[in-house]
Amino acid sequence: MTVLLSEQRPIKSSEDVVGIRQAVRQRAIELGFNLIDQTKIVTAASELARNTVQYGGGGAITIEGLDDGGRRGLRLTFEDKGPGIPDIQLALRDGYTTGGGLGLGLSGARRLSSEFYIDSRPGEGTRVTIVRWR
Amino acid sequence: MERIPILKMGEYLLVTVQVDMHDRLALTLQDDLTAKIVQAGAKGVLIDISALEMVDSFMGRMLGDLAAMSRVLDAETVVVGMRPAVAITLVELGLSLTGVRTALNVERGMDLLKARIKERRQNDGSA
Repeated sequence: MTVLLSEQRPIKSSEDVVGIRQAVRQRAIELGFNLIDQTKIVTAASELARNTVQYGGGGAITIEGLDDGGRRGLRLTFEDKGPGIPDIQLALRDGYTTGGGLGLGLSGARRLSSEFYIDSRPGEGTRVTIVRWR
Repeated sequence: MERIPILKMGEYLLVTVQVDMHDRLALTLQDDLTAKIVQAGAKGVLIDISALEMVDSFMGRMLGDLAAMSRVLDAETVVVGMRPAVAITLVELGLSLTGVRTALNVERGMDLLKARIKERRQNDGSA
């Protein structure tokens, strides 16, 4: 698997979340994603970027374009050094929230992605990686 | 401060969301619109989201809350113009916008609002 491009951006505010949506859209278009796939990965990115701001106290995203034997994909990694998630299974459940939202951010982003990985340590931070293949 | 304009047309309020909204802007719209419903005595609110390339759970919740708030303030809300890719993604995300009336475009949205308001007046009259 080859990484075609890699870009890192800070996520500190709700304005940054908008910038990330636009950057992810642009990369998805460059990789030849159709409109529905673009919309899905952009929406997943929006949910996860908001989580980074809201729960992680800010962090960063790495956007990577992938080529796996001709198959193109977009990999997004969200990292923060926030309080971490004590119970990941619970956090992944639809409707579970500690922030007063709908509790669809994490579970919804997982449904919108082809691959989903989460690594979180209490007191150290959280890293969520998603991949959407074309 | 950045704001989304709200137009008054008779007893209706029209909102066309033309920009990719950040969360605070969405909340400002909620505040502005509820204030304007009261101030204008509006009976119907039409929100056009045809320019939006995505709606995530935050915006979805904002639309749902707005519909509920306007109902409490005696106004009907219709959301119009959702793009097909946005609708597909929203449902897969887990959000079906229960409680939010939708129409395909502005024209049909206005028809729906007029019909709803007429129906309510008739019910009020017969009660």
